[in-house]
Amino acid sequence: MPNKNTLPNKERMKIARTRMPELAPDVRNKSFEEVNLGLCAEAAKTESTRCIACSRPGCVQKCPVGVKIREVVDLVYAGDFLGAAAKLREDNSLPAITGRVCPQENQCEGGCLLGKKGESVAIGNLERFVADYERLSGQLGLPVNAPSTGKSVAIVGSGPAGLSAAGDLIQKGHRVRVFEALHEIGGVLLYGIPEFRLPKEIVRGEVENLRKMGVEFETNVVVGKSVTIDELMRDEHYDAVFVATGAGLPIFLGVPGEHLNGVYSSNEFLTRVNLMRAYKFPEYDEPVYDCRDKDVIVVGGGNTAMDAVRTAKRLGAKTATLVYRRSAQEMPARAEEVKHAREEGVQFRMLTNPLEFLGDEKGWLTGARCISMELGEPDASGRRSPVAIPGSEHVLPANMAIIGVGTTANPLIQSTTPDLATTPRRYIQADPESLRTSKRGVFAGGDIVTGSATVILAMGAGRKAAASIHEYLTTGEWETKAATKA
Amino acid sequence: MYKILEARSVGFKIKQFVIQAPRIARKQQAGQFIILRLHDRGERIPLTIKSSDPEAGTVTIAAQAIGKTTSLLNCLEAGDYIKDIVGPLGHPSEIKKFGTVAIIAGSVGTAMALPTANALRKAGNHVIFIEGARNTEMVVFEDEVRAASNETYIMTDDGSYGEKGLVTKKLNDLVAEGRKIDFVLAVGPVPMMRAVAQVTTPLGIKTMVSLNSIMVDGTGMCGGCRVLIGKNAMFACVDGPEFDASLVNFELLMQRNAMYRDKEAESLKLFEENKEKELAQIRAQFPKQEAQRA
Ligand SMILES: Cc1cc2nc3c(=O)[nH]c(=O)nc-3n(C[C@H](O)[C@H](O)[C@H](O)COP(=O)(O)OP(=O)(O)OC[C@H]3O[C@@H](n4cnc5c(N)ncnc54)[C@H](O)[C@@H]3O)c2cc1C
Ligand code: FES
Repeated sequence: MPNKNTLPNKERMKIARTRMPELAPDVRNKSFEEVNLGLCAEAAKTESTRCIACSRPGCVQKCPVGVKIREVVDLVYAGDFLGAAAKLREDNSLPAITGRVCPQENQCEGGCLLGKKGESVAIGNLERFVADYERLSGQLGLPVNAPSTGKSVAIVGSGPAGLSAAGDLIQKGHRVRVFEALHEIGGVLLYGIPEFRLPKEIVRGEVENLRKMGVEFETNVVVGKSVTIDELMRDEHYDAVFVATGAGLPIFLGVPGEHLNGVYSSNEFLTRVNLMRAYKFPEYDEPVYDCRDKDVIVVGGGNTAMDAVRTAKRLGAKTATLVYRRSAQEMPARAEEVKHAREEGVQFRMLTNPLEFLGDEKGWLTGARCISMELGEPDASGRRSPVAIPGSEHVLPANMAIIGVGTTANPLIQSTTPDLATTPRRYIQADPESLRTSKRGVFAGGDIVTGSATVILAMGAGRKAAASIHEYLTTGEWETKAATKA
Repeated sequence: MYKILEARSVGFKIKQFVIQAPRIARKQQAGQFIILRLHDRGERIPLTIKSSDPEAGTVTIAAQAIGKTTSLLNCLEAGDYIKDIVGPLGHPSEIKKFGTVAIIAGSVGTAMALPTANALRKAGNHVIFIEGARNTEMVVFEDEVRAASNETYIMTDDGSYGEKGLVTKKLNDLVAEGRKIDFVLAVGPVPMMRAVAQVTTPLGIKTMVSLNSIMVDGTGMCGGCRVLIGKNAMFACVDGPEFDASLVNFELLMQRNAMYRDKEAESLKLFEENKEKELAQIRAQFPKQEAQRA
């Protein structure tokens, strides 16, 4: 490799981590423009200089899909940004997206040796940089597809799992058609994660590339209702089906008053704002609760809750408060989002749990009766579980409340595909390696198998499924690798 | 894009459309609905399916112009397109032999009740159809209603057609005459469905109502359509749209349906001021050669 980094490690470690340029907090909390502006080439190169080139890089070990990060960083150092992007793409088909949304602090950056003493290499920012560089260069070399195999694959769901499977399968020469229930392609990337964190243009760009490679998309098809899996295989002659329908069913708290006007699931709120662009009402027709000068609380501590509370702030909420029953350390949201939210003026009310929503005589929300919590013993997830403090009930004023405490499996496919084995919690059972289900020719992966997880894991599952589907279509051999009924 | 093959006014501000939508036509069963989005900036709204023709690949829907989207829809003609239609959604109606059934429908709700009435009649039931409307101009699909039922009663609020009075008056009259009714389906405005439930619940007549809550996705993903059935929160789009009337919390449904009243009024007003411009804008999005052929 030319341009090898010859700086002694001691010197490398003296270089401070490059800061991601951002929109100012008081500008961005009124706008849906992307918060992070991206590194420039110079900054990316400087950042790559910091890597101390471990012989057994912890970053690669901690990447859920094993991206060859060290080699990527070396290529950035050498100024070969397109080469770096190509290297990334060997293991990750959606780098511009994961560079923005991966919880790097628990993954690659969490494994970086520099992070033990100081700050880790900003791997996520470098990933984002090379992916954007490639995209903006217009030199994304689309791979050449293998000659047609005459086989076709139906993919159900167009989130990261479905999209990455589609990209790999089309290259192997299969015909690929993606069925999506909504009117636009992208899954959570489109309807869930807001514009200010992941511009929709990037998602559309990825979809456009797949289209150019020959992937067919059919929107407005709810598999299980518009057509069943059996009909896809029998009447429309698909040789294999990949179910990647995500974990889209919202969980409510089940407390009194949850039906008051002004109480939303995070899915509904974010879908209205992101997918339906309700923030542009009345130019766009779909309405959403008018947050201007109102008190908004959001219940939860994950990315979804963080996205909802920052969206409410942007829609003009007087107060936008995150209510979470554990403490800040336990919040599963990405560290960067928590930081951004604080800077934008989001209030954090930790160790607080709503018991009831209160309303006026017309049925509009006026507040939430909450109880304070303290942390007790660690629970099954290893986090210290919250315990209510007797006598600590209090009322938080609120005109709008958004419940972002998680989602679960949507049962539409499972209930209309009788021979598809499911777990007790209604997720689809799939063999962890082959992603084969109990039904011949049907594979499943992403959140519909694991429960809500991450974009990178869903992307990885899509690629694993593609490899396994290709193997099945080539050998015609099923049984040995199928999921066994639990 | 989904092509409109036929568009016909069938009553005051009520229009019927035959639309090319082969997947939906193939699968539709009585009681199910669609969600449509008219154009790129459009909202998603649920509408009932009146009938479908699997061979021709068409579905027939009927809509009354109330808000912006239904008003815009009612400006569309044969040869125009609808951007997105998804369906068929929701569970089909339960079809079996009950004995004597009363189908009670208010105005445009008749469109949704018709396929179920037909299916129930085919299943050997004696079908009493009570259609209610504000006045003669709002009475729709009378011929089809008569064809689908053994006994037909048309009720108008002002007595300008059929008999004067509410649908529940007729229902009460029938009960008072000692008619044995084994099953009731009511489809229409929420107060009408509630009134029916108030008559039939004390009598222990099994009654289903088709709930029209506000929806976004129609697949169980948002929970915006949630309704209270007894003590349970249910999603009208995937658990319904039909529910046991004796368990439905109608007050809550009305409360939630009023959630966007101000926004809806604002949107409608803007539309009425810019009708021609808006229509031209959405027609500009239609597929080009197809539009010429039409
Ligand atoms: C608001 C929010 C923020 C998040 N932030 C992050 C983050 O910062 N970082 C991160 O790594 N992860 C994040 N996640 C999690 C991540 O988005 C998911 O883990 C990931 O998208 C799962 O991908 P998937 O392909 O399995 O499913 P999804 O992305 O859920 O896609 C499933 C698709 O299938 C469609 N579908 C469902 N049922 C049917 C059917 N019957 N027929 C046809 N289509 C169907 C759905 O409409 C959807 O488009 C976030 C999630 C949410 C909700
Ligand atoms: S409309 Fe979204 S869940 Fe029913």
